[in-house]
Amino acid sequence: MSTTQLWLAVIGMGLITYGIRLVPIALQDRLPLTSRMRQALRYVPVAVLTAIIVPELLLPTGVLDVSLGNARLLAGVLAIGVAWRTKNVLLTIGAGMVALWLLQVVLASLP
Amino acid sequence: MMFVIFGLALSSSHCYYRPILADETAQHRRSASPTRSAEFRSGIRAELPIAVGVVPFGMIYGVLALAAGLPPMLAQGMSSIVFAGSSQFIGVQLIGVGTPLAVLWLTTFVVNLRHMLYSASVAPHIRQLSRLWRAVLAYLLTDEAYVMAALHYDDDTVSPRHKHFYYLGAGLTLWTVWQLSTAAGIFLGAQIPVSWALDFTLALTFIGLIVPALGNRPNLIAALTAGVVAVLTFSLPYKLGLLLAALTGIVAGVLVETRFGRSETHGAGR
Repeated sequence: MSTTQLWLAVIGMGLITYGIRLVPIALQDRLPLTSRMRQALRYVPVAVLTAIIVPELLLPTGVLDVSLGNARLLAGVLAIGVAWRTKNVLLTIGAGMVALWLLQVVLASLP
Repeated sequence: MMFVIFGLALSSSHCYYRPILADETAQHRRSASPTRSAEFRSGIRAELPIAVGVVPFGMIYGVLALAAGLPPMLAQGMSSIVFAGSSQFIGVQLIGVGTPLAVLWLTTFVVNLRHMLYSASVAPHIRQLSRLWRAVLAYLLTDEAYVMAALHYDDDTVSPRHKHFYYLGAGLTLWTVWQLSTAAGIFLGAQIPVSWALDFTLALTFIGLIVPALGNRPNLIAALTAGVVAVLTFSLPYKLGLLLAALTGIVAGVLVETRFGRSETHGAGR
């Protein structure tokens, strides 16, 4: 792609993304939410973020891998435990990354 | 710089994360009325720990964008024009392999469609604001800013009057960190080894945000359903699986809430 086409590609992506974020805010008076819809919206973060997390842990290479050789799964399970106990995001990230690095070293040294 | 952010985040993160999404009923309602600047500063403080988790992700985006053949200006430009991490990752990969614009844009639409749900969720809280305010807050509506803003809007103990300043503070914090970490990735480039697996910090950030809310039965069922469907539909193109999984999880949460209510089933650490 030429530089002009690249800018066009990026600006198009930006307009689409901004449109998605703006439309419900801008049009809410014309499209009022029912109480059932409000109820449903409360589950958006937990559902969306879990749908991003779980494949990262179970399919780190694009293929389902539920084994002790899956370092991301093991580190992720540990991080879930830390998050549950401490409710602290930074501790969760720190524990998960340290666990992943250690597991990578251990798994690489196995025959 | 990083240590300062870490220190601030460590001292503040605990209290800000505790009640995420879980129903904190109004047993100790105080109705505090913080000023505009107090709300703004609380928003920044609440967002900092998440923003720290986003730093490696932004750096990796910068590296990937250059690897895909984007000029540095454009790689940085995408972070401010699009400002949506996961679609930027997918976008630069599609651009790198010369995908037609229509496919690139459709993919962007699908991957970012969840923001429409976020937008609908914050809309009632900001309807009284001016057009400019709403336009700016819509621009700042990322996963990470939304989570903090939604949590704050749900907090009955604080007067809703200036809560948009909290949202603004959280959103601008994330925006700034995203721009700086993109720039760092572009600058450092290939000096960041793949074996550091820094992309994993995004999943870990989301785990830290979501797991504490799972003591609530409908949230737990919504998460389990979304997770199972996400794995089953992972091979679908254009991240359609993500969208299907999210919708199924939401329906499951609503059904469980309708049937059993939203009471805590097994609260940890209370």
